[in-house]
Amino acid sequence: MSIRIQIPTPMRQHTEGKAVVEVSGATVQGALDALNSQYPGISSRLFENGQVRRFVNVYLNDEDIRYLDGLATPVKDGAELAIIPAVAGG
Amino acid sequence: MSADFVRGLKCRLCGKTYPKEPLNFCTEDFGPLEVDYDYEAIAEALSRSKVELRPNNMWRFRELLPIDGEPTVGAQVGGTPLVRADRLAEALGVECVWVKNDAVNFPTLSFKDRVVSVALSKAREFGFHTVGCASTGNLANSVAANAAAAGLEAYILVPHDLERSKFLATSIYGAKVVGVRGTYDEVNRLCTQIAFKYGWGFVNINLRPFYAEGSKTVGFEIAEQLGWRTPQHVVVPMAGGSLIGKVHKAFHELAKVGLIDDPSCKFYGAQATGCNPITTAVKNGWENHRPVRKPNTIAKSLAIGDPADGYFACKVMRETGGWGEDVSDPEIAEAMVLLGKTEGIFAETAGGVTVAVARKLIDQGRIPRDEEIVLCITGNGLKTQDAVVDYLDRPAVINPSLEEFEPLVEGSREPVLV
Repeated sequence: MSIRIQIPTPMRQHTEGKAVVEVSGATVQGALDALNSQYPGISSRLFENGQVRRFVNVYLNDEDIRYLDGLATPVKDGAELAIIPAVAGG
Repeated sequence: MSADFVRGLKCRLCGKTYPKEPLNFCTEDFGPLEVDYDYEAIAEALSRSKVELRPNNMWRFRELLPIDGEPTVGAQVGGTPLVRADRLAEALGVECVWVKNDAVNFPTLSFKDRVVSVALSKAREFGFHTVGCASTGNLANSVAANAAAAGLEAYILVPHDLERSKFLATSIYGAKVVGVRGTYDEVNRLCTQIAFKYGWGFVNINLRPFYAEGSKTVGFEIAEQLGWRTPQHVVVPMAGGSLIGKVHKAFHELAKVGLIDDPSCKFYGAQATGCNPITTAVKNGWENHRPVRKPNTIAKSLAIGDPADGYFACKVMRETGGWGEDVSDPEIAEAMVLLGKTEGIFAETAGGVTVAVARKLIDQGRIPRDEEIVLCITGNGLKTQDAVVDYLDRPAVINPSLEEFEPLVEGSREPVLV
Protein backbone atom coordinates (compact mmCIF):
# COMPACT_ATOMS: atom_id res chain seq x y z
CA MET A 1 0.00 0.00 0.00
CA SER A 2 1.54 3.29 -1.04
CA ILE A 3 -0.08 6.58 -0.11
CA ARG A 4 1.45 9.93 -0.99
CA ILE A 5 1.13 12.65 1.64
CA GLN A 6 1.65 16.24 0.50
CA ILE A 7 3.37 18.40 3.10
CA PRO A 8 2.73 22.18 3.01
CA THR A 9 5.90 24.21 2.41
CA PRO A 10 6.30 25.79 5.87
CA MET A 11 5.88 22.36 7.53
CA ARG A 12 8.68 20.75 5.56
CA GLN A 13 11.18 21.68 8.25
CA HIS A 14 9.67 18.68 10.05
CA THR A 15 10.07 16.30 7.06
CA GLU A 16 13.70 16.99 6.12
CA GLY A 17 12.46 19.32 3.38
CA LYS A 18 10.38 16.68 1.62
CA ALA A 19 7.28 17.91 -0.24
CA VAL A 20 5.79 14.44 -0.52
CA VAL A 21 6.20 11.55 1.87
CA GLU A 22 5.18 8.00 0.89
CA VAL A 23 3.65 5.85 3.57
CA SER A 24 1.33 2.88 3.90
CA GLY A 25 -1.87 2.56 5.86
CA ALA A 26 -5.45 1.39 5.55
CA THR A 27 -7.12 4.56 6.80
CA VAL A 28 -6.33 8.28 6.92
CA GLN A 29 -5.42 7.82 10.59
CA GLY A 30 -3.13 4.90 9.72
CA ALA A 31 -1.37 6.89 7.00
CA LEU A 32 -0.82 9.88 9.28
CA ASP A 33 0.46 7.58 12.04
CA ALA A 34 2.91 6.13 9.55
CA LEU A 35 4.01 9.67 8.68
CA ASN A 36 4.66 10.28 12.35
CA SER A 37 6.73 7.14 12.71
CA GLN A 38 8.98 8.37 9.88
CA TYR A 39 9.12 11.91 11.26
CA PRO A 40 8.47 11.77 14.98
CA GLY A 41 6.96 14.93 16.35
CA ILE A 42 4.79 15.81 13.37
CA SER A 43 1.71 14.28 15.03
CA SER A 44 1.74 16.82 17.82
CA ARG A 45 1.45 19.53 15.18
CA LEU A 46 -1.39 17.84 13.34
CA PHE A 47 -3.40 16.50 16.27
CA GLU A 48 -4.74 17.73 19.55
CA ASN A 49 -6.43 15.23 21.89
CA GLY A 50 -6.61 12.70 19.09
CA GLN A 51 -8.45 15.04 16.72
CA VAL A 52 -7.12 16.95 13.72
CA ARG A 53 -6.36 20.46 14.96
CA ARG A 54 -8.92 23.21 14.34
CA PHE A 55 -6.86 25.00 11.70
CA VAL A 56 -5.64 21.96 9.76
CA ASN A 57 -7.57 20.44 6.89
CA VAL A 58 -6.82 17.01 5.46
CA TYR A 59 -7.88 16.11 1.93
CA LEU A 60 -8.09 12.65 0.42
CA ASN A 61 -7.81 12.90 -3.37
CA ASP A 62 -8.95 16.56 -3.17
CA GLU A 63 -11.96 15.79 -0.93
CA ASP A 64 -12.07 17.22 2.60
CA ILE A 65 -12.08 14.23 5.00
CA ARG A 66 -14.72 15.98 7.14
CA TYR A 67 -17.16 15.18 4.32
CA LEU A 68 -16.00 11.54 4.27
CA ASP A 69 -15.50 9.45 7.40
CA GLY A 70 -12.87 11.70 8.91
CA LEU A 71 -9.78 9.95 10.18
CA ALA A 72 -11.50 6.57 9.80
CA THR A 73 -11.88 7.04 6.02
CA PRO A 74 -10.33 4.05 4.23
CA VAL A 75 -7.50 4.81 1.80
CA LYS A 76 -6.55 2.81 -1.27
CA ASP A 77 -3.20 2.17 -2.85
CA GLY A 78 -2.07 5.22 -4.82
CA ALA A 79 -4.21 7.66 -2.84
CA GLU A 80 -3.07 11.25 -2.37
CA LEU A 81 -3.45 12.85 1.04
CA ALA A 82 -2.88 16.59 1.38
CA ILE A 83 -2.34 18.43 4.64
CA ILE A 84 -3.39 22.04 4.12
CA PRO A 85 -3.53 24.93 6.57
CA ALA A 86 -7.10 26.12 7.04
CA VAL A 87 -6.40 29.77 7.75
CA ALA A 88 -6.88 31.06 4.24
CA GLY A 89 -9.45 32.90 2.24
CA GLY A 90 -12.23 35.28 3.07
CA MET B 1 7.85 59.04 8.05
CA SER B 2 7.88 56.36 9.02
CA ALA B 3 8.48 54.77 12.33
CA ASP B 4 7.86 51.05 12.22
CA PHE B 5 5.28 50.00 14.77
CA VAL B 6 5.13 46.34 13.74
CA ARG B 7 7.10 43.93 15.87
CA GLY B 8 6.38 40.90 13.71
CA LEU B 9 3.77 38.18 13.51
CA LYS B 10 2.31 36.18 16.36
CA CYS B 11 0.26 32.97 16.51
CA ARG B 12 -3.27 33.63 17.77
CA LEU B 13 -3.30 30.24 19.50
CA CYS B 14 0.11 29.61 21.06
CA GLY B 15 1.68 33.08 20.89
CA LYS B 16 4.81 31.96 19.03
CA THR B 17 6.39 34.94 17.30
CA TYR B 18 7.66 35.21 13.74
CA PRO B 19 9.44 37.95 11.82
CA LYS B 20 7.55 39.97 9.21
CA GLU B 21 7.24 37.41 6.42
CA PRO B 22 4.64 36.13 3.95
CA LEU B 23 3.31 33.34 6.14
CA ASN B 24 -0.26 32.88 7.36
CA PHE B 25 -0.06 30.05 9.86
CA CYS B 26 2.00 28.87 12.77
CA THR B 27 4.34 25.99 11.96
CA GLU B 28 3.77 24.56 15.45
CA ASP B 29 -0.01 24.25 15.55
CA PHE B 30 -1.31 25.69 12.23
CA GLY B 31 -2.91 28.57 14.18
CA PRO B 32 -3.48 31.84 12.29
CA LEU B 33 -0.77 34.48 12.51
CA GLU B 34 -1.62 38.04 13.40
CA VAL B 35 0.37 41.27 13.22
CA ASP B 36 1.93 42.23 16.53
CA TYR B 37 2.13 46.00 17.13
CA ASP B 38 3.93 48.20 19.62
CA TYR B 39 0.82 49.98 20.93
CA GLU B 40 2.71 52.14 23.41
CA ALA B 41 4.76 53.68 20.62
CA ILE B 42 1.62 54.12 18.50
CA ALA B 43 -0.17 55.86 21.37
CA GLU B 44 2.67 58.37 21.52
CA ALA B 45 2.78 58.89 17.77
CA LEU B 46 -0.94 59.19 17.08
CA SER B 47 -3.58 61.69 18.17
CA ARG B 48 -7.06 62.72 17.07
CA SER B 49 -5.81 66.02 15.69
CA LYS B 50 -3.08 64.28 13.70
CA VAL B 51 -5.61 61.92 12.14
CA GLU B 52 -8.06 64.75 11.40
CA LEU B 53 -5.45 66.75 9.48
CA ARG B 54 -4.77 63.92 7.05
CA PRO B 55 -6.58 63.30 3.73
CA ASN B 56 -9.91 61.49 4.07
CA ASN B 57 -8.85 57.93 3.24
CA MET B 58 -7.99 54.77 5.15
CA TRP B 59 -4.34 55.76 5.55
CA ARG B 60 -5.37 58.33 8.15
CA PHE B 61 -4.76 55.38 10.48
CA ARG B 62 -1.49 54.23 8.92
CA GLU B 63 0.25 53.73 12.28
CA LEU B 64 -2.26 50.94 12.98
CA LEU B 65 -1.66 49.27 9.61
CA PRO B 66 1.18 46.82 8.93
CA ILE B 67 3.15 48.51 6.17
CA ASP B 68 6.66 49.92 6.25
CA GLY B 69 6.67 53.55 5.21
CA GLU B 70 4.20 55.02 2.73
CA PRO B 71 1.53 52.88 1.03
CA THR B 72 2.45 52.18 -2.58
CA VAL B 73 -0.90 50.68 -3.58
CA GLY B 74 -4.37 52.14 -3.05
CA ALA B 75 -3.43 55.58 -1.78
CA GLN B 76 -7.02 56.82 -2.24
CA VAL B 77 -8.91 53.90 -0.70
CA GLY B 78 -11.42 54.31 2.12
CA GLY B 79 -12.90 57.41 3.66
CA THR B 80 -16.39 56.25 2.67
CA PRO B 81 -19.54 57.97 4.00
CA LEU B 82 -21.28 57.07 7.24
CA VAL B 83 -24.84 57.94 6.31
CA ARG B 84 -27.49 58.78 8.89
CA ALA B 85 -30.32 56.58 7.61
CA ASP B 86 -33.48 58.09 9.12
CA ARG B 87 -35.86 56.81 6.46
CA LEU B 88 -34.53 53.28 6.83
CA ALA B 89 -34.73 53.63 10.62
CA GLU B 90 -38.38 54.56 10.31
CA ALA B 91 -39.05 51.56 8.07
CA LEU B 92 -37.32 49.29 10.58
CA GLY B 93 -39.15 50.91 13.49
CA VAL B 94 -36.03 52.06 15.33
CA GLU B 95 -34.67 55.41 16.44
CA CYS B 96 -31.23 55.59 14.90
CA VAL B 97 -29.51 53.77 12.05
CA TRP B 98 -26.25 54.62 10.31
CA VAL B 99 -25.04 53.01 7.10
CA LYS B 100 -21.29 52.65 6.60
CA ASN B 101 -21.34 52.78 2.84
CA ASP B 102 -18.46 50.87 1.29
CA ALA B 103 -20.59 50.34 -1.80
CA VAL B 104 -18.81 53.51 -2.95
CA ASN B 105 -15.32 52.54 -1.89
CA PHE B 106 -12.63 53.39 -4.43
CA PRO B 107 -11.65 51.95 -6.87
CA THR B 108 -13.77 48.76 -7.16
CA LEU B 109 -16.86 49.54 -5.07
CA SER B 110 -16.42 47.17 -2.15
CA PHE B 111 -14.63 47.10 1.19
CA LYS B 112 -12.12 44.69 -0.33
CA ASP B 113 -10.11 47.65 -1.68
CA ARG B 114 -9.10 48.27 1.94
CA VAL B 115 -7.57 44.84 2.48
CA VAL B 116 -6.06 44.68 -0.98
CA SER B 117 -4.23 47.99 -0.70
CA VAL B 118 -2.53 46.76 2.47
CA ALA B 119 -1.82 43.32 0.97
CA LEU B 120 -0.37 44.64 -2.27
CA SER B 121 1.66 47.38 -0.60
CA LYS B 122 3.06 44.56 1.50
CA ALA B 123 3.53 42.31 -1.56
CA ARG B 124 5.74 44.99 -3.08
CA GLU B 125 7.74 45.34 0.12
CA PHE B 126 8.33 41.58 0.06
CA GLY B 127 9.38 41.78 -3.59
CA PHE B 128 6.57 39.73 -5.17
CA HIS B 129 5.96 40.33 -8.88
CA THR B 130 2.98 38.00 -9.13
CA VAL B 131 -0.01 38.20 -6.82
CA GLY B 132 -3.33 36.43 -6.67
CA CYS B 133 -6.37 35.49 -4.67
CA ALA B 134 -9.20 33.06 -4.19
CA SER B 135 -12.38 35.07 -4.42
CA THR B 136 -16.15 35.12 -4.43
CA GLY B 137 -16.00 38.19 -6.67
CA ASN B 138 -15.36 41.47 -4.88
CA LEU B 139 -11.83 40.52 -3.94
CA ALA B 140 -11.23 39.42 -7.53
CA ASN B 141 -12.25 42.87 -8.82
CA SER B 142 -10.10 44.61 -6.28
CA VAL B 143 -6.92 42.54 -6.63
CA ALA B 144 -7.14 42.81 -10.42
CA ALA B 145 -7.62 46.60 -10.43
CA ASN B 146 -5.07 47.44 -7.77
CA ALA B 147 -2.51 45.00 -9.21
CA ALA B 148 -2.93 46.60 -12.62
CA ALA B 149 -2.34 50.06 -11.22
CA ALA B 150 0.71 48.80 -9.34
CA GLY B 151 2.16 46.94 -12.33
CA LEU B 152 1.87 43.51 -10.71
CA GLU B 153 0.85 40.35 -12.54
CA ALA B 154 -2.35 38.87 -11.09
CA TYR B 155 -3.87 35.38 -11.07
CA ILE B 156 -7.46 35.36 -9.88
CA LEU B 157 -9.26 32.11 -9.09
CA VAL B 158 -13.02 32.12 -8.60
CA PRO B 159 -15.88 29.63 -8.63
CA HIS B 160 -16.89 29.17 -12.28
CA ASP B 161 -20.56 30.04 -11.66
CA LEU B 162 -19.95 33.56 -10.39
CA GLU B 163 -22.04 36.52 -11.60
CA ARG B 164 -21.01 37.58 -15.12
CA SER B 165 -20.44 41.15 -14.01
CA LYS B 166 -17.88 40.02 -11.49
CA PHE B 167 -15.94 38.14 -14.18
CA LEU B 168 -16.01 41.15 -16.51
CA ALA B 169 -15.01 43.58 -13.76
CA THR B 170 -11.94 41.42 -13.15
CA SER B 171 -10.88 40.66 -16.72
CA ILE B 172 -11.04 44.34 -17.72
CA TYR B 173 -7.94 44.98 -15.61
CA GLY B 174 -5.86 42.44 -17.53
CA ALA B 175 -5.73 39.84 -14.78
CA LYS B 176 -5.52 36.14 -15.59
CA VAL B 177 -8.93 34.92 -14.44
CA VAL B 178 -9.51 31.23 -13.81
CA GLY B 179 -13.02 29.87 -13.16
CA VAL B 180 -12.74 26.71 -11.09
CA ARG B 181 -15.43 24.03 -11.21
CA GLY B 182 -16.09 23.88 -7.51
CA THR B 183 -17.14 25.82 -4.45
CA TYR B 184 -15.22 28.74 -2.99
CA ASP B 185 -13.72 26.40 -0.43
CA GLU B 186 -12.35 24.19 -3.20
CA VAL B 187 -10.95 27.25 -4.98
CA ASN B 188 -9.37 28.33 -1.74
CA ARG B 189 -7.76 24.96 -1.14
CA LEU B 190 -6.31 24.99 -4.66
CA CYS B 191 -4.97 28.53 -4.15
CA THR B 192 -3.25 27.52 -0.94
CA GLN B 193 -1.44 24.81 -2.90
CA ILE B 194 -0.60 27.25 -5.72
CA ALA B 195 0.64 29.99 -3.38
CA PHE B 196 3.19 27.75 -1.75
CA LYS B 197 4.18 25.86 -4.91
CA TYR B 198 4.83 28.94 -7.06
CA GLY B 199 5.94 31.31 -4.34
CA TRP B 200 3.42 33.97 -5.36
CA GLY B 201 1.84 36.51 -3.04
CA PHE B 202 -1.75 35.41 -2.54
CA VAL B 203 -3.46 38.22 -0.69
CA ASN B 204 -5.81 36.03 1.33
CA ILE B 205 -3.37 33.19 1.88
CA ASN B 206 0.30 33.86 2.58
CA LEU B 207 -0.26 37.63 2.83
CA ARG B 208 -3.39 37.12 4.93
CA PRO B 209 -2.09 38.41 8.29
CA PHE B 210 -1.32 41.78 6.64
CA TYR B 211 -4.30 41.77 4.26
CA ALA B 212 -6.87 41.19 6.99
CA GLU B 213 -5.65 44.23 8.95
CA GLY B 214 -6.98 46.51 6.21
CA SER B 215 -10.53 45.70 7.34
CA LYS B 216 -9.91 47.48 10.64
CA THR B 217 -10.17 50.78 8.80
CA VAL B 218 -13.94 50.24 8.50
CA GLY B 219 -14.07 50.34 12.30
CA PHE B 220 -11.61 53.21 12.66
CA GLU B 221 -13.67 55.32 10.29
CA ILE B 222 -17.00 54.49 11.96
CA ALA B 223 -15.65 55.60 15.33
CA GLU B 224 -14.14 58.79 13.98
CA GLN B 225 -17.25 59.64 11.96
CA LEU B 226 -19.42 59.24 15.07
CA GLY B 227 -17.23 61.81 16.80
CA TRP B 228 -14.62 59.44 18.30
CA ARG B 229 -16.94 56.95 19.92
CA THR B 230 -18.48 53.55 19.16
CA PRO B 231 -22.14 52.82 18.43
CA GLN B 232 -24.09 50.44 20.67
CA HIS B 233 -24.71 47.87 17.91
CA VAL B 234 -22.96 46.95 14.68
CA VAL B 235 -24.31 44.49 12.10
CA VAL B 236 -21.65 42.99 9.82
CA PRO B 237 -22.04 40.51 6.94
CA MET B 238 -19.96 37.35 7.29
CA ALA B 239 -18.31 35.28 4.58
CA GLY B 240 -14.93 34.16 5.92
CA GLY B 241 -15.85 35.83 9.21
CA SER B 242 -12.84 38.14 9.29
CA LEU B 243 -14.47 41.58 8.98
CA ILE B 244 -16.59 41.34 12.14
CA GLY B 245 -13.50 40.54 14.19
CA LYS B 246 -11.48 43.32 12.62
CA VAL B 247 -14.12 46.00 13.28
CA HIS B 248 -14.18 44.77 16.88
CA LYS B 249 -10.38 44.87 17.01
CA ALA B 250 -10.41 48.39 15.53
CA PHE B 251 -12.56 49.75 18.37
CA HIS B 252 -10.31 48.11 20.95
CA GLU B 253 -7.15 49.41 19.31
CA LEU B 254 -8.53 52.95 19.23
CA ALA B 255 -9.16 52.69 22.96
CA LYS B 256 -5.72 51.17 23.54
CA VAL B 257 -3.94 54.07 21.83
CA GLY B 258 -6.16 56.66 23.48
CA LEU B 259 -8.28 57.87 20.56
CA ILE B 260 -11.59 56.77 22.09
CA ASP B 261 -12.58 56.19 25.70
CA ASP B 262 -14.77 53.13 25.58
CA PRO B 263 -14.62 50.40 22.93
CA SER B 264 -17.76 48.57 24.00
CA CYS B 265 -20.22 47.65 21.27
CA LYS B 266 -22.35 44.59 20.52
CA PHE B 267 -21.51 42.72 17.32
CA TYR B 268 -24.07 40.90 15.17
CA GLY B 269 -23.05 38.68 12.28
CA ALA B 270 -25.23 38.34 9.18
CA GLN B 271 -25.35 35.39 6.78
CA ALA B 272 -27.62 33.96 4.12
CA THR B 273 -29.60 30.89 5.16
CA GLY B 274 -28.17 29.13 2.09
CA CYS B 275 -24.70 29.43 3.61
CA ASN B 276 -24.95 29.91 7.36
CA PRO B 277 -22.16 27.97 9.10
CA ILE B 278 -21.29 30.78 11.51
CA THR B 279 -24.79 31.86 12.52
CA THR B 280 -25.73 28.21 13.01
CA ALA B 281 -22.80 27.82 15.41
CA VAL B 282 -23.82 30.95 17.33
CA LYS B 283 -27.45 29.88 17.61
CA ASN B 284 -26.47 26.43 18.85
CA GLY B 285 -23.84 27.68 21.26
CA TRP B 286 -21.05 25.80 19.46
CA GLU B 287 -17.51 27.01 19.92
CA ASN B 288 -16.68 26.47 16.27
CA HIS B 289 -18.65 26.28 13.03
CA ARG B 290 -19.39 23.12 11.07
CA PRO B 291 -18.71 23.61 7.37
CA VAL B 292 -21.48 23.84 4.78
CA ARG B 293 -20.46 21.71 1.85
CA LYS B 294 -22.55 23.20 -0.95
CA PRO B 295 -23.56 26.80 -0.32
CA ASN B 296 -26.67 27.85 -2.22
CA THR B 297 -27.66 31.52 -2.06
CA ILE B 298 -27.97 34.62 -4.22
CA ALA B 299 -25.49 36.24 -1.84
CA LYS B 300 -22.56 34.67 -3.68
CA SER B 301 -20.05 37.06 -2.16
CA LEU B 302 -20.84 35.50 1.23
CA ALA B 303 -20.88 31.90 0.00
CA ILE B 304 -17.97 30.51 1.99
CA GLY B 305 -18.95 27.18 3.50
CA ASP B 306 -15.85 26.73 5.63
CA PRO B 307 -15.00 30.20 6.96
CA ALA B 308 -11.38 30.59 8.11
CA ASP B 309 -12.38 32.99 10.87
CA GLY B 310 -15.60 31.23 11.87
CA TYR B 311 -14.23 30.36 15.29
CA PHE B 312 -13.15 33.94 16.02
CA ALA B 313 -16.36 35.44 14.64
CA CYS B 314 -18.42 33.25 17.01
CA LYS B 315 -16.22 34.38 19.87
CA VAL B 316 -16.72 38.09 19.12
CA MET B 317 -20.51 37.74 18.94
CA ARG B 318 -20.61 35.68 22.12
CA GLU B 319 -18.27 37.89 24.13
CA THR B 320 -19.80 41.24 23.16
CA GLY B 321 -23.37 40.11 23.84
CA GLY B 322 -24.32 40.19 20.18
CA TRP B 323 -25.88 37.45 18.09
CA GLY B 324 -25.90 35.87 14.64
CA GLU B 325 -28.84 35.51 12.30
CA ASP B 326 -29.45 34.45 8.71
CA VAL B 327 -32.04 35.27 6.06
CA SER B 328 -33.57 33.68 2.95
CA ASP B 329 -32.95 34.77 -0.62
CA PRO B 330 -36.33 36.59 -0.93
CA GLU B 331 -35.63 38.42 2.33
CA ILE B 332 -32.22 39.46 0.95
CA ALA B 333 -33.69 40.82 -2.29
CA GLU B 334 -36.50 42.65 -0.46
CA ALA B 335 -33.97 44.27 1.86
CA MET B 336 -31.88 45.43 -1.10
CA VAL B 337 -34.98 47.11 -2.48
CA LEU B 338 -35.80 48.61 0.94
CA LEU B 339 -32.35 50.14 1.30
CA GLY B 340 -32.57 51.54 -2.22
CA LYS B 341 -36.06 53.02 -1.72
CA THR B 342 -35.38 54.53 1.69
CA GLU B 343 -31.80 55.73 1.45
CA GLY B 344 -30.88 55.83 -2.23
CA ILE B 345 -28.16 53.25 -1.64
CA PHE B 346 -27.86 50.29 -4.01
CA ALA B 347 -26.05 47.58 -2.10
CA GLU B 348 -25.09 44.19 -3.43
CA THR B 349 -26.71 41.01 -2.13
CA ALA B 350 -24.44 40.99 0.94
CA GLY B 351 -25.89 44.39 1.86
CA GLY B 352 -29.36 42.89 1.54
CA VAL B 353 -28.23 40.21 3.97
CA THR B 354 -27.09 42.83 6.46
CA VAL B 355 -30.27 44.92 6.27
CA ALA B 356 -32.56 41.88 6.40
CA VAL B 357 -30.70 40.42 9.37
CA ALA B 358 -30.85 43.77 11.19
CA ARG B 359 -34.61 43.83 10.62
CA LYS B 360 -34.94 40.27 11.93
CA LEU B 361 -32.86 40.98 15.04
CA ILE B 362 -34.88 44.12 15.75
CA ASP B 363 -38.15 42.21 15.35
CA GLN B 364 -36.84 39.47 17.65
CA GLY B 365 -36.03 42.11 20.27
CA ARG B 366 -32.34 41.24 20.21
CA ILE B 367 -31.46 44.77 19.09
CA PRO B 368 -33.43 47.36 21.09
CA ARG B 369 -35.43 49.90 19.11
CA ASP B 370 -34.13 52.93 21.01
CA GLU B 371 -30.39 52.37 20.60
CA GLU B 372 -27.89 53.31 17.91
CA ILE B 373 -27.21 50.77 15.14
CA VAL B 374 -24.54 50.80 12.43
CA LEU B 375 -25.02 48.62 9.35
CA CYS B 376 -21.91 47.72 7.36
CA ILE B 377 -22.65 47.80 3.64
CA THR B 378 -19.67 46.21 1.97
CA GLY B 379 -20.36 46.10 -1.76
CA ASN B 380 -22.22 47.71 -4.65
CA GLY B 381 -25.52 46.55 -6.12
CA LEU B 382 -24.44 47.22 -9.69
CA LYS B 383 -22.38 44.03 -9.38
CA THR B 384 -25.33 41.78 -8.52
CA GLN B 385 -28.24 43.27 -10.45
CA ASP B 386 -29.74 39.93 -11.44
CA ALA B 387 -30.64 39.24 -7.82
CA VAL B 388 -33.33 41.93 -7.72
CA VAL B 389 -34.74 41.75 -11.25
CA ASP B 390 -37.84 39.85 -10.14
CA TYR B 391 -38.49 42.16 -7.19
CA LEU B 392 -38.76 45.42 -9.14
CA ASP B 393 -41.55 46.79 -11.31
CA ARG B 394 -40.77 46.68 -15.00
CA PRO B 395 -40.63 50.20 -16.43
CA ALA B 396 -43.82 51.32 -18.15
CA VAL B 397 -43.39 51.73 -21.89
CA ILE B 398 -45.52 54.34 -23.63
CA ASN B 399 -45.68 56.33 -26.84
CA PRO B 400 -44.36 59.90 -26.57
CA SER B 401 -47.77 61.26 -25.71
CA LEU B 402 -48.97 63.17 -22.67
CA GLU B 403 -52.23 61.26 -22.87
CA GLU B 404 -50.48 57.96 -22.26
CA PHE B 405 -48.30 59.38 -19.52
CA GLU B 406 -51.07 60.87 -17.43
CA PRO B 407 -52.68 57.60 -16.29
CA LEU B 408 -49.30 56.52 -14.91
CA VAL B 409 -49.30 59.32 -12.34
CA GLU B 410 -52.99 59.19 -11.64
CA GLY B 411 -53.70 59.58 -7.99
CA SER B 412 -50.05 59.73 -7.01
CA ARG B 413 -49.68 63.49 -6.82
CA GLU B 414 -51.06 66.79 -8.11
CA PRO B 415 -49.77 67.66 -11.59
CA VAL B 416 -47.05 70.28 -11.56
CA LEU B 417 -47.85 73.23 -13.81
CA VAL B 418 -45.06 75.07 -15.47
